[in-house]
Amino acid sequence: MDTANLSTRAVSNNPNKVVRNEAEIRKARFMNKLGQPHWLFWTAFKYLTLILAAIAVLVPPYAVLLASFKTSREYYTTSKVSLPESFMNFDNYVRVFADGDLGLAFTNTGIILAASLFLTVVFGTQVAYVLSRFEFRGKKLVLLAYVIAMVIPAVTTQVATFEVIKALGLINHKGSVILLYIGADVVMIYVFLQFMKGIPLELDEAAKIEGASYFLIYRKIILPLLKPAIATVIILRTIFIYNDFYFPLLYLPERTQVTVSTALYKFTSVFGTEWTTISAGIVIILVPSIVIFLTLQKQIYAGVTNGAVKG
Amino acid sequence: MFNLTLRQQQRLIIVAFLAIPLTLLFTLSYYPASQLFYMSVTDWDGYAPVKNLIGVENYRYLAEEPAILAPLLNTLYYFVGAVIQLVLSLWFAVLVNSKLAGRNLFKTLLFIPFVLNAVAASMVFQIFYQVDGAFDNFLAAIGLDAWIMPWLMDASVVNWSLVAASVWRYLGFNLILFYGVLQSIPQDQYEAARIEGAGEWQQFRFITLPSIKMVIGLQVLLAFVGSLSVFEIPMIITKGANGTKTFVMATLETAFNFNDFGLASAMAVLLLVIVVFFMVLQKILFGEK
Repeated sequence: MDTANLSTRAVSNNPNKVVRNEAEIRKARFMNKLGQPHWLFWTAFKYLTLILAAIAVLVPPYAVLLASFKTSREYYTTSKVSLPESFMNFDNYVRVFADGDLGLAFTNTGIILAASLFLTVVFGTQVAYVLSRFEFRGKKLVLLAYVIAMVIPAVTTQVATFEVIKALGLINHKGSVILLYIGADVVMIYVFLQFMKGIPLELDEAAKIEGASYFLIYRKIILPLLKPAIATVIILRTIFIYNDFYFPLLYLPERTQVTVSTALYKFTSVFGTEWTTISAGIVIILVPSIVIFLTLQKQIYAGVTNGAVKG
Repeated sequence: MFNLTLRQQQRLIIVAFLAIPLTLLFTLSYYPASQLFYMSVTDWDGYAPVKNLIGVENYRYLAEEPAILAPLLNTLYYFVGAVIQLVLSLWFAVLVNSKLAGRNLFKTLLFIPFVLNAVAASMVFQIFYQVDGAFDNFLAAIGLDAWIMPWLMDASVVNWSLVAASVWRYLGFNLILFYGVLQSIPQDQYEAARIEGAGEWQQFRFITLPSIKMVIGLQVLLAFVGSLSVFEIPMIITKGANGTKTFVMATLETAFNFNDFGLASAMAVLLLVIVVFFMVLQKILFGEK
C-alpha cells in the first residue's frame, strides 16, 4: 500500500523519470525471473496446459470440418486428420442441404425462436414491472411460486408435461415448444427483476404526475430502460433454444416440424454412414453459433454469468 | 386514459400483466409436477381412461429391480467428470485471469463449445470416436498408437469417452463463472500480498479461494444436478448402447417406449427428490448472505 502511494506521488513530481525507472524495473524483474528455474518451469507448465486444452478443444471439430470437404472414398482411404484434396469440394454441402431438411429446419427454428423471444420479453418484463412496482395481496405468494418453480428441473417433469401438451392438442405443433420455452422459464424473470431494482422509482413518479397511465409508464419508461436486460435474456434464450434437443424431440417428432437439432439427429437414419455428408450438416449448423458468439462475446459472457449466479 | 382512478388502473394492470404468465407457470410447471406424484402411485399406461391406484407398488419395483437403477449409477461417471471439469476450469480461469499473453484467445477457445448446438457437438464426437476415426488417426499421428481403443464399443471405456465429450462441452461454462468472480476480486489485495512476500499458491489459498467459495458451492450443485440429468450426449452418440443409458433416458424410455407412465413418474419423482435435496443442502452450506 505504502509503496503504491509513494510511486504515485513520484509520478506526479517527475513523470518521465519514474516511468523510465518503472519500465527498467519491470525489465530487470523479468530478466531476474528468467534466471529462476522455478519460475521458468511454472510459466512453461501454464502454457503447456493451455495449449493442450486448446488442441483438445479444436481437434474434434477440425476433423469434422476436414471430413466435410472429402469425398466418401477419400474419407475412408486417407487419415481422418489429413487435409482434403480440395477445399472447393462442396458436394457434401449441396447434398445435405437438398436431402437433410435443413432449409425447413432453419425456418422452423427461426419461427420458434422469434415467437419465444418476443413472448419471453413481453411477459418477463411485465411480470417484473408488476412485482417490483406494486404492493398487492398475494404478491409474496407469486414471488414464492417463481422461486419454487426454479427448483423443479424441467427434465424430470416431462413425463407429466407431455399429457398437458397432448390435452392442449399441441403435439407436432410449434406452439408446444414455444409455450414450454416461455412458461417454464423462471431464471429470466430474475434477470428482469434484478435490472428493475436499478431503475429509480422517481422516474415512475414523475411520469405519473404528468398524467401517464401505468401501461404508458411500462411502455415508455421501463421497457426502454430494460434494454440491457432484454439483450441479456435474448442472448441466453437464443443459445438455449437454438441448441435445445430435448423439447423438439419429445413434442415435434413429425418430419415437417423438424428443428435444427432434430433434423441433425435424424441424419444418421437419412444418410446412414455417409459421414462426409453428415459432417457437412454439422458444419452448417455450427457456423451460425460460432459467428454470433465471436461478435457478441462480451455480452454472452456477462449474460451467462448473470443468468447462472442470480438464478 | 379510460377515466380510471389510479387504484383501478393499478388493479387492472396487475391482473393483465400476471394472468398469462401465471397461468403458464401453473399449467407447465406446478400441475405437471403434482401430476407426477399422482401418476407415480398408479399403473397408468398413457392411454387408459382410468388410472388405477396401486399405492407404492412402483416405488417398490424401483427399489427391487436393479436393472432400472443401473442407469442411476452411470451418474457417477458424469459426476467424477464434473469434478475434474471443475478443477480444470478453475485452473484455466486463474490462468486467463492472470497476465499471460494470449489469455483472451484461450478464454474464447475454451468457452466456444458451450454455445454450440447440443446435437452437432455430440455428433462431432460420434464421428471423432469411430473405429479408425479422427481420434485414432490423431493418436497415431503423434505416436500414441498404443492408446488406440474402440472408444464407443468397449464397455470399460465408453462411459469415460462420453464423459470426456461432456467435459469438452461444458468446461467453458464453469470457466466463465469462475472468471467472473475472479475479475471482481480487487487487485490491490494481491498487490499487498505480493509486497508481504506471498507466493502464487499462498495468494490463491488465502485471497482467491475464500472469495470464490460461494461460486464453488453453486458449481458443485450445478455439476451434481447436471450429472443426474445427462441425456443428450449418450442419447445421440451411443443411443444408450453398451451400458451408457442414463437415468433420464431410462425414464423417458419407460414412459414413451414401454408405456408405463406410472413407473416412469415414480422414477421422475425419485430424481426430483434427489435434486431438491441437494439444492436445499447447497443453500444451507453455501447460502448467500
